[in-house]
Amino acid sequence: MEITVNGVAQSIAAAEPDLLSVLKSNKIEDPQMVAVQLNGQFVESSQYAATILSEGDVVEFLYFMGGGSR
Amino acid sequence: MLKIEESVLNAIIDHAREDTPVEACGYLAAGDGIVRRHYRLANLDRAGDHFSMDPREQFETIRQMREDGLGPVAVYHSHPETPARPSVEDIRLAHDPGMSYVIISLAARQPVVKSFRIVETKVTPEEIFIVRSADEEVKK
Repeated sequence: MEITVNGVAQSIAAAEPDLLSVLKSNKIEDPQMVAVQLNGQFVESSQYAATILSEGDVVEFLYFMGGGSR
Repeated sequence: MLKIEESVLNAIIDHAREDTPVEACGYLAAGDGIVRRHYRLANLDRAGDHFSMDPREQFETIRQMREDGLGPVAVYHSHPETPARPSVEDIRLAHDPGMSYVIISLAARQPVVKSFRIVETKVTPEEIFIVRSADEEVKK
């Protein structure tokens, strides 16, 4: 199956890959630390494992960013 | 090492000054290994001692970078009143091991800009090399 992850085409061997496994294969150690969009829509972290991807899906993820001078 | 065009370095200092007393924040994007452009983002916290980016704006910004032929390499933010070193909060919230973390301090008369790699709470300073846009001459 071909999907796009952060703008780059990726081939997935699994027939029904879930979003969590795709994040893990993209070296996301802690999925709670990233925001994820699937085809332009935000996905709640509680739904990563239950979200099954389809051919041509577009996955975007990025790390939450914050900090402070305290 | 973080290579950055001089104009971009000056622009993020300007951003820090404009947003004072609130912390400024944004992304730095590179092409051919050199930071070519900065992207200002809103500080959701609107605070002088903290910043948070809006994920929706982050996604929009990353997509814009791709359209510009660039990729994200660093996150920058300002410390209006404290030195250019990562705070406990900065270290705790530095989740992305692939990014450089650039801090602009306005605590002294002259702004100070420093860059760090932060991986699993380990902080490593990195050199900043300034590149003149016109001739790409690199100077330390």
